[in-house]
Parts: sequence; C-alpha cells; structure tokens
Amino acid sequence: MEWETVIGLEVHVSLSTKSKLFSGSSTEFGAEPNTQANIFDCALPGTLPVFNEEALRMAVRFGVAIGAEIGKRSVFDRKNYFYPDLPKGYQVTQLDFPTVGKGALTVTLADGSEKVIGVTRAHIEENAGKSLHEEFHGMSGIDLNRAGEPLLEIVSEPEITSAEEAVAYLKKLHTIIRYLDISDAIMAQGSMRCDVNVSIRPKGETELGTRTEIKNINSFRFVEKAIYSEVERQQEILEDGGRIIQETRRYNADKDITTSMRSKEVANDYRYFPEPDLLPVVIDDEYIAAVKAQLPELPDARKARFMDEYALSNYDAGVLVSSREMAEYYEIVASKSGDSKLAANWVSQDLLGMLNKNNLEITDSPIQAERLATLIARIKDSTISGKIAKTVFEAMITEASDVDAIIEAKGLKQVTDSGEIEKLVLEVIENNPAQVQQYKDGKEQVIGFLVGQCMQLSKGKANPGQVNELLREKMQ
Amino acid sequence: MALDKTEVEKIAHLARLHISESEAEEVTTRITDILTLIDQMQSVDTEAVEPLAHPLDVVQRLRVDEVTEENQRDTLQQLAPASEDGLYLVPKVLD
Repeated sequence: MEWETVIGLEVHVSLSTKSKLFSGSSTEFGAEPNTQANIFDCALPGTLPVFNEEALRMAVRFGVAIGAEIGKRSVFDRKNYFYPDLPKGYQVTQLDFPTVGKGALTVTLADGSEKVIGVTRAHIEENAGKSLHEEFHGMSGIDLNRAGEPLLEIVSEPEITSAEEAVAYLKKLHTIIRYLDISDAIMAQGSMRCDVNVSIRPKGETELGTRTEIKNINSFRFVEKAIYSEVERQQEILEDGGRIIQETRRYNADKDITTSMRSKEVANDYRYFPEPDLLPVVIDDEYIAAVKAQLPELPDARKARFMDEYALSNYDAGVLVSSREMAEYYEIVASKSGDSKLAANWVSQDLLGMLNKNNLEITDSPIQAERLATLIARIKDSTISGKIAKTVFEAMITEASDVDAIIEAKGLKQVTDSGEIEKLVLEVIENNPAQVQQYKDGKEQVIGFLVGQCMQLSKGKANPGQVNELLREKMQ
Repeated sequence: MALDKTEVEKIAHLARLHISESEAEEVTTRITDILTLIDQMQSVDTEAVEPLAHPLDVVQRLRVDEVTEENQRDTLQQLAPASEDGLYLVPKVLD
C-alpha cells in the first residue's frame, strides 16, 4: 500500500529579552544556579506577574514578518500540571487568544520548487526551570534560572508532507527569527526546540491518521532522522494490521529509533482557565504599524534584491541570504571588490568551506569582509591569478597582515612582464619538442599542456592569458 | 450533569489532593451541586455576549524590559527544606 505522511511542527523559541516574561530577573545565559530566580520566579505567595513589553513587541514582530493576523486583544491562560521545575503549578500561556494568528512561510525545496506552509498561530508563554536528576542523595536538584523566561511557541498547520519539507520549514523559520533578532535560536543550546507531530494515511485518504508527538528534538538533522524512523515504525504497525496509539515519543539518536514516553490519552488534562492575575493585553493598529515599519529587510526580499542587483543565480542568492550575517558580509565583499559574481563564489565556497572546516561562525571569521574584498580586487587588477589567490586566502587565515603585504612578502605577484614570460615560453618550447610538433601538426588541444608547463615553471605566477598568447606566437 | 466517584478521584489526583473513602462521597455530591448550578447558568441565552477574560474592564499595563532584580539566592534558600550546590532539592522525580 502507498502511504502519505502528514507532519505538523511546534517550535519553541526563547525570546532574547533582557529580563523575564513576568519579572525583572535577568535572563543572561550560563549564570550560577538560582541566582536569577526571584520571589516571583520561585512562586512565593502574594507575588504577581507584570508583563514585559519587549516580549510582546518581539512576538508581534514575528507575526508581521510572516504576514500573520495579529491578536489585538490577547489573553493569558493557566495550563495546570505538577512538576518541581514549575513552582507555580501552572504555566502561563495563551490558549484561545494568542498574540499571533494565522500566517504562512514559503520554503524552497531541494529541486528548487517552492511551497507555502501555513502557520496556525504563535503564542507567548513562560519557560519552566531545569531538573537535574543526578545523585543528590536520591533527590532531584532544581535550577529556576530559566523559569519564567519568555518563549514564543510557533505552531504549523499539518501541511508538511516529508522530512525534507519539515527541515526546510525549520531552517526558514530559523533564518527569519535570526533576521528579526528576536532570539539566538540555537537548537544545540535549547533556545530553539522542536516537537514533531507525525501521522500517516493511505494515499488519497482525506481523514488524518492517529498521530504521535516526538518531543524536544535538538538539531535539524535529528528532526529529519526522527521523522524517517517514526514513519517507518507507523507503516510497519499498520501494514501488520495494528493500530497507532496517540502518545508522546522520544527520539533516541544512538539507536535511530523513537521510544514511548507516556500515553497522552490518559495522562494529560491541563484544566486551562484564564489567568486571573493578568489582564487582557490590548494593542491597536498604530502599534502594529510601528512594529511593521521597523522590520528589517527579510530573507525573501533580500534574495530577490541580490538576484536583481548582483545578477546572482536563484541558488547562490539563496545560500547567501540563509543567514543575516552572511548576507551582510557578502554585501561588503561585493561592493568593495567590484565583482559581485566572484564575491559570491568566494563567500559561498571558499569562505564557507573554511568556516565549516574550522567550526566557526561567520562573525568569528579570521578573514573579515574588507580583506576578502581586497583579495578579489587583486585578482581583478591582475596582481595575482585566481589560483594564487587560493594560496593568499590560506595565508590570510593565520596572518592578520593586509592582503597586499602577504602577496608582497610571499613573492606571489603575478608575472606580467612580457620579457619574463617570453623566457618561460621559450624554455618550455625547448623542453617539449614532441608536443610542439604535435601542435604544429594541428593538434590544437596540446596548447593546454604547454600553458600548464609554463604555469608550473612560474610557480603559478605567470599570467595565463599572456602565456597562451605568446606560446601561439612563438610556435607559428 | 452528575459526576461519579471515579471522576472525582481523577480530578483529585490531577490536583494532587488526597481524598479519603468517606470524604469522596461528600465531595462528589458537592461538586455535582456546583455542576448543576452551571447547567442552570448554561440555559441562559448568551449568544450576543462577548466572553469575559477578566472581571475588571481595564487592560494590562506593560513593564519596560529591564533587569530590576538582584541575586537573592541565599535568602530564598533559607526558606527551602533542602538545597545543595545552589540547587533546590526535591524528592526524586522522573518522567
């Protein structure tokens, strides 16, 4: 039987406010346990929440960026459950009136096609603390630094039909969030987390199958692998005549399988009700317009501009705008080097390759945009060849001195002096009589070999165009 | 709408309340009384009434995003029954 997969994603993003959602405690990462948990975060009786305006602004900023309906009146609710890292006994969230309503994202797939994926809603809620289950004499340790930090939970429509689409959606979301500067969105550090809802159904069926939810996946690659493995598991069960149980599962990366966490049918009853300690949050059109006016250029718009302004291909532009920092880096290189195409190649291939190899972010690149631009400018003005430029690039990684100084110090300047090139050419002609004869007999492609010999003799410094020209002249 | 004892026991469990056998009967009657009152209220036509999120007709005031709190860990941990290495200790919990 042919099956089709239906996926919905719930993504939690940690909003990068300075203080918590409802208290003035710091949200700084990496502090000593419980040094950023005040009386409200510890849920001492009599303390009351006061809503952080920046968290609201960030949520609205995300909403307008994805063209979503904005809730002009949002209401907080209590989601009740007991766990020691949630000292109040409830999480404050938004159930029926979220700040961000229906919107959509456009993702580009590997074959270049585009797909629009709906966003059902995005609501503001508070994070829980952290439980440490190591040995504390048979007890658990609780750190409440994270308790009450603002989260935006972004819920997609169940319109994703493959692991590839799921990853494309997540990456797009990640890019937009980073452009908006509302979160670090680092999956490995937990500032972006993903829950995946997966179900399958016979192809053509309109009813949804029973879904399972895979919780807390912390990398794009694991999202992809978890979906493959869960779809396979569900297929096997259904093809054996079994039934899928609606439950929460966990992805085990070592074994590449999902395992059951708890059954949702019995366990969860959150008994939501409106949070009496908070009033409805009301914003007007003017507020929304002001947030909209402050939006930066977003990835889709920037990609279109790069294709137009710098004559880049759809693919190259897509790679360059995939992070805001890389797009900004590229623009400096393109404008200062005066060659947007060459700049695109150097940034998306050489630079990105070097950064990946050394596990560096572009913001920590040992080669700054201005230096790379100078390197490209030296190729353009024939000071060095494209090949020698790779050697200079390697040297620039470890040497902070300027590009011209490196070229000078290593004696890498291209030889354009026709007297010197002539010497090279004559030597190569003399040393390769057989090939010269072949050329003279009409075997045109031998020229490539001879040019190569000259380049080797000059250690790559001769200007290949000049060499080519002079060789032909001398062999006539 | 009437509740049976099993449902009351489930609600008590969710709220982490202990109810003894003898109390269960009385609690069941009392919750059923409340639900009967709610049934009565539900017969009122509220078609044209906006749901009320809060009894006060005012809107939420917002706070400027500033860190205003200092570290009070030592004071707060004096209130806790047990703490170690800066962590609050609680009976072991696992999923």
